Amino acid sequence: MTPAVFAEFLLNGLVLGALYVLMALGLSIIFGMIGVINFAHGALFTLGAYVAFQVQGALGFAGALVVAPVLVGLLGMLIEATLLRRLYLQDPLQGLLLTFGLAMVLEQGIRLVWGLSPKTFNVPPAFAGAFTLGALAYSKYRSFILVSVILLIAGLMLFLQKTPIGTIVRAGSRDPMMVRLLGISLTPVLTLVFGLGTALAAIAGVLSAPLAGVQPAMGVNVGTAAFVVVTIGGLGSFWGAIISGLLVGQVVSLSIYFQPRAAEASMYVLMAVILLLRPRGLMGERWEKFD
Amino acid sequence: MPKRLNRREFLTTSALGTAAAAVGTSALSFPAIVRAQEPIRIGQLIPFTGFLGAIGEYGKQGATLAVEELNEKGGVLSRKFELITEDEANPGVAVQKARKLIEKDKVVAIEGLVSSASCLAVGDEVQRAKVLLINAGANSDEIRSKRCHRYVFSTEGCNTQYVSAIGNWLIKERKVSRWYFLTSDYAFGHDLLRVARSLLAANKGNEVGSDLAPTGTTDFSQYITKMKAAKPDLIFHNLAGADVTNFLKQYAESGMTIEVAGGVIDSAFAWPVGESLRGHFPIIWWQELNNPASKAWAARYMKRWGRPPDNQAYGDYLAVHAIAQAIDKAKSTDSAKLVSALEGHTLTGAMDGLKGRPLTFRAWDHQLLQPMYVVAAKDKAKWKDKWDIFEIIQEVPPRGSALEDIAIPKAESQCQLEPLA
Repeated sequence: MTPAVFAEFLLNGLVLGALYVLMALGLSIIFGMIGVINFAHGALFTLGAYVAFQVQGALGFAGALVVAPVLVGLLGMLIEATLLRRLYLQDPLQGLLLTFGLAMVLEQGIRLVWGLSPKTFNVPPAFAGAFTLGALAYSKYRSFILVSVILLIAGLMLFLQKTPIGTIVRAGSRDPMMVRLLGISLTPVLTLVFGLGTALAAIAGVLSAPLAGVQPAMGVNVGTAAFVVVTIGGLGSFWGAIISGLLVGQVVSLSIYFQPRAAEASMYVLMAVILLLRPRGLMGERWEKFD
Repeated sequence: MPKRLNRREFLTTSALGTAAAAVGTSALSFPAIVRAQEPIRIGQLIPFTGFLGAIGEYGKQGATLAVEELNEKGGVLSRKFELITEDEANPGVAVQKARKLIEKDKVVAIEGLVSSASCLAVGDEVQRAKVLLINAGANSDEIRSKRCHRYVFSTEGCNTQYVSAIGNWLIKERKVSRWYFLTSDYAFGHDLLRVARSLLAANKGNEVGSDLAPTGTTDFSQYITKMKAAKPDLIFHNLAGADVTNFLKQYAESGMTIEVAGGVIDSAFAWPVGESLRGHFPIIWWQELNNPASKAWAARYMKRWGRPPDNQAYGDYLAVHAIAQAIDKAKSTDSAKLVSALEGHTLTGAMDGLKGRPLTFRAWDHQLLQPMYVVAAKDKAKWKDKWDIFEIIQEVPPRGSALEDIAIPKAESQCQLEPLA
């Protein structure tokens, strides 16, 4: 393997990992705050891509990249406020069942509205083709994904660390009772967090749309991978999701190089090994809430 | 205790009975064609979910159009047709659905199928049940060779037909000798790889690399990087379904310029690639076919469904008509008689295959012999509309050559048909 090929492999793994990170962060934030495992995450990813497909004719790719996550995020907030909220005091299994059902409704709904045939979604002209850096020629669009994800993570971190709402979110995920005793209502914050998580899934969907065909089952593989990433990183952990997403991206891509048939299995093997050595995941903390 | 009719129920029931009898009598005065008769049911198994899901919609529309056309002309044997479509999903489900179609719906024949894995499983099942199956979408040679069956016919081309068409053209016209294979990791992909490899070996070419990708792969970047490093003359993909869309899109997006071709293409999966589509492929039917019957059909389909047909719509349309021709020829709906009628049958009348030359089912392996078309991705500047993505380069075998030339030779086939009874 020449250095240029090796660099390309690392970059491919990074891009794949970056999309996993986006998906996993959404799942992780929702789980950390609300305690619900969102099974509809993959379907919301797909919905993001379809909404982008619908609006990109009028708004262009940049417009779609903003509008689709906002719309899907609003749908997420609506779901939280009308359905999920009723189940907080019930058995956690009910939340799981609800999101599982939602996943099916969303996927079939997409089939009904947009049909079974994949939709054409071209790479935005500004990012078509590859750029060269010495011996390395790399896709402009994949580089764009990488940069966007880095900016998003930075923005998300600033939001959680520096804004008053972010502080409430962090405090609320540690000790909701204490936050309530301070006279802060968590209800709108929970809605916001669910919306934010679903919007992240939608962004990942829009970013993937030009690469993978926009079709009803496009979220299935990514959705499953996101669960694996969150489990490896530690449920509810921000940095865990990031580190583990990047790790899984590299493991999957290197296994394609050495043993393509094992590519799908590789992330599960990694998960099994990590769970054996460290049952709470890489960065998972021991929280009374989940014991 | 059995329920006894009271007086009122007795009166209503008998009144209804009388009314029904009256309708029955008056029906006798209608022309024979309209007389209420049990319809001829045809079962269709086609995927609506999974990585092959998109073509199911086309297959259903094609078969529906065929049934509508047949019924407009009064059906066959004065009986109308009825289509019952089920999702083939995966081999296990496909077999269950086939059983449901045979036992519950009492279909006369089954047609459709896209996944070779499902078709092999359903083929075994219909042979056991002795019900005619016409494979309209599965390509594995195995279906016509090692695991051929008396009750199974194929209107879909097999991998050997497709690969001979594209492979010989590539080697002769493009002079490519260093090939890199990318293959779907299931029955169809493995079979296609085997056929493509033997063609390459027969032409003394070199295989510089080969990868198997699981079905439903969404990210092909690592495979593409490996290909780039191996420096082949040609990338030959043996992929199916949505994987084709993803691979061809990402191939274009990687900025790579190495020639690309495939062992098969479904236009339903090529259309979504859009303007970045590149390469050469073999296809069983394309809308640009220079043939009035074919163009008229494409126009009828467009009018009925609001979009042009793809090759799978053609396949299922053809299969339904083949069943109707068999029933007409046998003057019966008995599966054994239909099988005898189709062996060596040449498609006739309005539905002769739409290719301007006679197409015949080979008697000894039940493969419909027909030409394939080498198509090239068209430059976007030359598109009439967003559907206009291919141009036909060549018909293979050319007019005047035997259709046998690209089919599995009898000497190489392992097909042993079971006795009919």
